[in-house]
Amino acid sequence: MKKYPYTEKKDTRSGFGAGLSVLGKTNPNVVALCADLTTSLKMDDFKKDHPERFFQIGIAEANMIGIAAGMTIGGKIPFTGTFANFSTGRVYDQIRQSVAYSDKNVKICASHAGLTLGEDGATHQILEDIGLMKMLPGMTVINPCDFNQTKAATIAIAEHHGPVYLRFGRPAVPNFTPADQKFEIGQAVMLNEGTDVTIFATGHLVWKAIEAGEQLAAQGINAEIINIHTIKPLDINAVIASAKKTRCVVTAEEHQMNGGLGDSIAQVLSRELPTPIEMVAVNDSFGESATPDQLMTKYGLDAINIVAAAIKVIARK
Amino acid sequence: MASITELEKICTQVRRDILRMVHAVNSGHPGASLGCTEFFVSLYFETMKHNSKNFTMDGIGEDLFFLSNGHISPVFYSVLARSGYFPVKELATFRKLNSRLQGHPTTHEGLPGVRIASGSLGQGLSVAIGAAAAKKLNKDNGIIYTLCGDGELQEGQVWEAAMYAAGKKVDNIISTIDFNGQQIDGSTNDVLPMGDLKAKWEAFGWDVLSMNGNNIAEVIETLKIAKTHTGKGKPVMILMNTIMGNGVDFMMYTHKWHGQAPNDEQLAKALSQNVETLGDY
Repeated sequence: MKKYPYTEKKDTRSGFGAGLSVLGKTNPNVVALCADLTTSLKMDDFKKDHPERFFQIGIAEANMIGIAAGMTIGGKIPFTGTFANFSTGRVYDQIRQSVAYSDKNVKICASHAGLTLGEDGATHQILEDIGLMKMLPGMTVINPCDFNQTKAATIAIAEHHGPVYLRFGRPAVPNFTPADQKFEIGQAVMLNEGTDVTIFATGHLVWKAIEAGEQLAAQGINAEIINIHTIKPLDINAVIASAKKTRCVVTAEEHQMNGGLGDSIAQVLSRELPTPIEMVAVNDSFGESATPDQLMTKYGLDAINIVAAAIKVIARK
Repeated sequence: MASITELEKICTQVRRDILRMVHAVNSGHPGASLGCTEFFVSLYFETMKHNSKNFTMDGIGEDLFFLSNGHISPVFYSVLARSGYFPVKELATFRKLNSRLQGHPTTHEGLPGVRIASGSLGQGLSVAIGAAAAKKLNKDNGIIYTLCGDGELQEGQVWEAAMYAAGKKVDNIISTIDFNGQQIDGSTNDVLPMGDLKAKWEAFGWDVLSMNGNNIAEVIETLKIAKTHTGKGKPVMILMNTIMGNGVDFMMYTHKWHGQAPNDEQLAKALSQNVETLGDY
């Protein structure tokens, strides 16, 4: 099992803030919009350095999405920032009509996704956002795994023409991917080559998959671990190639099982290469208030759950 | 500047286009399309600085128009075609398979003149504000025009946008409400009374004008005045009084023709009241 040493834990939302700050200096067309959550989204530096390109919208997310769509007319590249729940479910029709159907170059950047938002509870812990966004024609859906990758993804999406949903989170997690990485939209990242089982993970579950891989290695199981940072367009070739090699698959995500990464991979494999799959995800349930770690444990999103799923799926080969 | 007589001739042709388009597919929204004919003709043939021959999405240096109540697409399409954005004969494809003229306007099929999809109500003013902000960033003096329906004001997003535009001094926008007092289920007063709209918009901080939207001379004059009100720290709103179905006697003063196409006999009667001036498509 390949080692992934890291020196610090950092939140992925700060990776977004850092990437946005870079874009502020390098791309004069980038504008940022926020619905009263500037500090939570780590947009303070952009706001301070480029006040003329920062738009405080107030608590009016529908208006924010519409304004962002309008700003693309004239060549701006708007990055909207609010919590994932208010970035998607609250404004689905605005995104559908004014952004996706209208082919607008808007980057919907969403923090505090999933259970790890923690104590605020289920009203804010959206677990359906990947599904909502990936169903929209033409929408790119990205869920990076750590600070460095979120920063790289933020910079990369400014160069991609078309609507993007960029999902990240609140808690500090191991920052283990290279600081100088180039983020390739739609290209899966091989983290560990293995032969016995493939673990496809996204977002915060990527680190849990690495921990699971170490535990599996201790039991003599050689897991292939692949970071699917882009859920749409899915790296179909990488999915099929790995499933062909290991002949069983575990998916892992901080999202509902319905509509998430597991769904997308199951769709590809059932069509192209029927393969046993186990899914580590939230199973048709809302979250609740607690610490992020407590919630990940209660809802079955820990390394131990990935290990159990791997053992189970290997037996199904 | 075109004469009022010339513009009125265009209006009767646009009315014919609207009626024939909705009749051909037995669907669409003639009522408010007819009611807004003078407004669209004024905008595209007199008021706006725009380039219909070389349409670009960004419209740098141009005035831009955003239609929020997308269901009145027949009048929008007719005026876009008649002012040169696309061939007039393409009006015959309205609402048919593989057409660029979808039931509600969209950018998705690449129809020149359309910059945003609309139909799901309440979104156009926000989009217009965004386009206005982009104009300011680009130091582009173009004006943003927009239209929404009066029933559409029941959508909450309109008031989010209203608050923002005034609070952030978006003063390069001239918005218009088609104040015809009708919506699908009946009069706006029966469906959901909205009270004093002038007072509401003024309370939100807008510079509010009003006009008779079916008097083309008055529309042109009011749009001219509205432009002199831009750049003064306030967004401008025009409450445009119109008669739904205007120009066809049996379609006026009722909500019946909001989303109802005429039959053959009704079409013949309606066309007889609007002279063919520029040639039917």
